[in-house]
Amino acid sequence: MTPATGIGGRPIELQAILKDFIVESGENLDQLERDLIVLEGQPHSKETLASIFRAVHTIKGASGFMGLSKLGEVAHSGESLLSRLRDGSLVINPAIASALLALSDVIRAMLVQVDQTGYEGDIDCTALMERLAALQESSAVTSAQSTAAQERALAPVHDTAPTPAQDIAPTPAQDTAPAPTDTTRQTPSGGNVRVSVEQLDKLMNLVGELVLARNEITQLSADQTHSALVGTSQRLNAITSLLQEGVMQTRLQPIDTAWSKLPRIVRDCAQQCGKRVQLEMEGKDTELDRTLIEAIQDPLTHAIRNCIDHGLEGPAERIVAGKPLEGRILLRASHESGQVTIEVSDDGAGVDIAAVKRKALDRGLTTPEQVRTLSDQEAIQLIFLPGFSTAATVTSMSGRGVGMDVVKTNIEQIGGKVSMHSEAGVGTTLRMRIPLTLAIMTALIVKSGDEQYAIPQANVLELVRPDVDGGRNQIEMIGHAPVYRLRDALLPLASLSAELTPERRSTRVPASGEVPTIVVLEAEDRRFGLVVDSAVDTQEIVVKPLGRHVRGISLFAGATITGSGRVVLILDVPGVAMRAHVVARDRRAITRSTSADAAPASTESLLVFAGPDATRMAMPLSKIIRLEEFPRTAVERLGDRDVVQYCGGLLPLEDIASFLPGARARRRALDRVSDTLQTLVLTRNGRQVGVVVDRILDTVEEALDEMRPALTDGLAGSLVINGLVTEVLNLDAL
Amino acid sequence: MPSDKRTYASCRVGHLLVGVDVDAVQEVTAGGELTPVPLAPPVVSGLLNLRGQIVTAIDLRRSLQLADRPAGQAAINVILRADGGSVGLVVDSVGDVLDVHQNDFEEPPGTVSGHLRELITGVYKLDRGLLLVLNTERVMEESNGD
Repeated sequence: MTPATGIGGRPIELQAILKDFIVESGENLDQLERDLIVLEGQPHSKETLASIFRAVHTIKGASGFMGLSKLGEVAHSGESLLSRLRDGSLVINPAIASALLALSDVIRAMLVQVDQTGYEGDIDCTALMERLAALQESSAVTSAQSTAAQERALAPVHDTAPTPAQDIAPTPAQDTAPAPTDTTRQTPSGGNVRVSVEQLDKLMNLVGELVLARNEITQLSADQTHSALVGTSQRLNAITSLLQEGVMQTRLQPIDTAWSKLPRIVRDCAQQCGKRVQLEMEGKDTELDRTLIEAIQDPLTHAIRNCIDHGLEGPAERIVAGKPLEGRILLRASHESGQVTIEVSDDGAGVDIAAVKRKALDRGLTTPEQVRTLSDQEAIQLIFLPGFSTAATVTSMSGRGVGMDVVKTNIEQIGGKVSMHSEAGVGTTLRMRIPLTLAIMTALIVKSGDEQYAIPQANVLELVRPDVDGGRNQIEMIGHAPVYRLRDALLPLASLSAELTPERRSTRVPASGEVPTIVVLEAEDRRFGLVVDSAVDTQEIVVKPLGRHVRGISLFAGATITGSGRVVLILDVPGVAMRAHVVARDRRAITRSTSADAAPASTESLLVFAGPDATRMAMPLSKIIRLEEFPRTAVERLGDRDVVQYCGGLLPLEDIASFLPGARARRRALDRVSDTLQTLVLTRNGRQVGVVVDRILDTVEEALDEMRPALTDGLAGSLVINGLVTEVLNLDAL
Repeated sequence: MPSDKRTYASCRVGHLLVGVDVDAVQEVTAGGELTPVPLAPPVVSGLLNLRGQIVTAIDLRRSLQLADRPAGQAAINVILRADGGSVGLVVDSVGDVLDVHQNDFEEPPGTVSGHLRELITGVYKLDRGLLLVLNTERVMEESNGD
């Protein structure tokens, strides 16, 4: 340890200044790293260079004042190199950039030491200083640098030298941050106050408690006739809401705060892997609670490394695959129904599902039986199991035995959810959905059995009450799947009580007599209805995280305490949808959707069903009048036709197989299938006809213009739906 | 406190007298409505509102694989400090805080087998019966998912 002179017994005032110095220097270094990455892309940006220079210079100057001589020396050697860059006798190249980033690391390490011990510590920086010094000479002496860098180094000599960097007007083509250091440092902070994070946290907790107390008062005063009390309670209500909003605002930060460190990580990591990577960011301004920003930092870093290390192919493979040499990673943040969605997607090879399954089996994370029943989408989620790592070789970056399970755990700890979507050859998207704030939201309280549950209002579209006896607006069944006709569109239904008590899943629809309520929900672009016993009311709730024992249950996002003091679980709507299998369609990897965003294709609702020989078929839902299920025994013969009695008349039944073109057409005995005949009721030539299919599978939204043309008549064409080839029937030709 | 003496909060769970390290106990609460958690591991008996903090309650009878508490019988929550929040242990009743001597300690005999053995670290032979020392860490882990 080097006992730098006179540091130990600093007077109190100096201690405070030192603290500020450490915080500010950290910010300066953040800016420096961002600038360096920018500078690599635009080697002649004088403004960026000036900003870098200023950051190092400020640290050097202040460290001299603080008596941190070692820190000053290191900063000085960096500054010398930078001045060579600034006067144009050197041009940034990867070696210089790496050395300057290393400088930033060393200064950071020293600052940590100073913060903790008051001394710079015994960090050895002679090697770095020699490296920086050697680079200064590199333009004069021919060095091991790439010749390309050398050539570039010669170029700027002509157009620079005499102008001092400070005087340069901003280059118009500049799309980087317009040197925020300038504005923050030179304009006096107009009425801004630095507040410690702990202070803000304390305030937020108090406001949370206040909201709970307010809820209780509101409930108590509801039974009162005392008008003054009622009035005061209303005022309390309003003020609390405003206060809550205000405090929440102070804690919001743009997600860019968490992202700013990523360009550097991408650069280092890509260099290590020998890959070329371009990082794009969308939605930098998306704001979220600062505690969350901190919490997502590590998972994000890990996810990005994972993309580069495992997701993106090497340059050679990319050329073979006909992709641009430079891999693309897209970070995207947006607000979606009261939550923040952060997506990390790459345009790499996609997840090798077979390999994932194999690995999960090898590691004993699953059983062969389970693997067989997994859909591709479910198989991808195996990656999140603890002890899973897909890289064939252990690399220095991501193969250290920790994997995506860490990402998952971290995100779940802050009440978020993680999922992965992948398309072979196109790319992989990791989606993290996290709450906007850990604190407060509006929720619909519903009842199922004896218990109440909260549904985030952001997911709720509307409430409907189905008819019970007969009626057009009753809950109908397609196979075992209940549906409801909501303004003539079929809404898949899930029953909350059935999801909560899977052992009684068979009773999916509440017993007749009781009128259930359908809560129409939206999750990840899909609508579905959740059947609950009744809706109670809407409340402001304070979201509390669940303990670790129950955190893993995908149905719940957290818990809250109601005005009466009871704990109520908060439903996680996408989790419920997933569990009830109502969200069947995978979201495509966004790399593809962004490129196709320009002209959104018109989509049509299709009913997907199984035809003969287990082929998947689809038909526009608009052409179907009803879906019916007849017991086999209801089928009667009329001449050579099968009919059933239906709505006071006779409905002729036809096997779907008999509509198939050419050699595939044949007649099967209608009772071949199961005890019940799943039937699509259509109109043909003005008459109703029932077309019997093997099994009704799903309804989907698909763009018909993506359809591949049919090979034979009778078929409109084929589409890939949920990753499976599906024939679309041409109704008019039937 | 001499090192051969230890202090345990004693509680009754079924026919067993169980000791919990006093230092691990945050507080003891009676009553309080539990909110059941569907799909949770069976040992989780519900969620408890502890002055605005939500605490997961673990039924020690279930952990120790004893018969369920008869309906209507009162239960007591022993709140333990744990990493990442408190955890409640649901027991039948809470008795005295006992100072015990290391002389009276014995490892669980080999005949104590299976699940119970995993959840207790040892036994103190007291005049009024045997005090089973609960491995609280283990109890809390056990319920964690499997």
